[in-house]
Amino acid sequence: MKKRYWLFVPLMLFVVLALLLWQGLGRDPSTRDSALLEKPFPAFSLTTLEDPDRVVDASLLEGQVTLVNVWGEWCPTCKREMPQLLALKERGVHLVGVDYKDTREKGRAFLDEFGNPFALNIFDPEGGLGFDLGVYGAPESFVVDAKGNIRYHHTGYITPEDIDDVIMPEIERWQ
Amino acid sequence: MAVTPRGLVLALVAAALVLLAGGAGANDLHRFDNPALQTRYDDLTATLRCPKCENQAIGDSNSPIAGDMRGYVARALARGDSDDDIRQAMVARFGDYVLYRPRLEWRTIALWAGPGVVVLLGLLAIGALIRSRRGERVEALNREERQRLETLLSRHQSPDDQDRSHQ
Repeated sequence: MKKRYWLFVPLMLFVVLALLLWQGLGRDPSTRDSALLEKPFPAFSLTTLEDPDRVVDASLLEGQVTLVNVWGEWCPTCKREMPQLLALKERGVHLVGVDYKDTREKGRAFLDEFGNPFALNIFDPEGGLGFDLGVYGAPESFVVDAKGNIRYHHTGYITPEDIDDVIMPEIERWQ
Repeated sequence: MAVTPRGLVLALVAAALVLLAGGAGANDLHRFDNPALQTRYDDLTATLRCPKCENQAIGDSNSPIAGDMRGYVARALARGDSDDDIRQAMVARFGDYVLYRPRLEWRTIALWAGPGVVVLLGLLAIGALIRSRRGERVEALNREERQRLETLLSRHQSPDDQDRSHQ
């Protein structure tokens, strides 16, 4: 009898495709790589939450590795994230906040209530900086290296486990 | 209060209308006086995907980020940016994810060419199958074989046919 192995080709193709799609099913659709990785932090010119007369720009992030955290008083998950950010500060991480789509009063009240781990907060009431950062929901965090390039993007809440599993290794990696 | 059938129908129609209105698009779609800009705006907001809401165009979503993106599209169109400029600006911020129609480049070639390649392979396989079958010919039976066939057939036929004839 003629050996017709090629009859198995469609089955093989099916198996390969099925495996590919199966693997895709397990992926979390809400997280994906940022388009800004390896790119410089976007240019901005905004005041700080603390001082309405002080204007800062992207040069603020040069000189040391910084964890930039985008938050807002209106964001319930940000409240749950604050203990982790305070713990990161305790471990020597330099944090800068972006108070996103907020009012100054509410932003300040938030820090009074939940603690302030940030060296300073960029006040972004219109969300323009958040937009340029590709932020589509708070909280989101970025590791920015000493040259001001974005190295890591964390979408969503930093869990207590993420401190040691994800954030600290990323910070140390870019020191 | 008694519910009449007619009242019930009216209530259902009203509910359906409310639902339809809700699904028709986001609340604050921009209106241009210039119909050409309006067409481009409608097309862009229908083909850019909201990064927050998994499978909705920014023109369909009421999420805050979709509103920001529509605002950007409206401002960029008003200042004269091309559609490509606008798509490029969105991809630079939110990644390829925002494009419902992926761009044709080496990285996406499998996506675009894949279905055509699969159809082509199928056609080739069918062609090969037909060609290989064409060579096969059914040989006519020789006399011995014909006789054997007849005896076999007659042996099987008889009891069955008798059964049927009795009914």
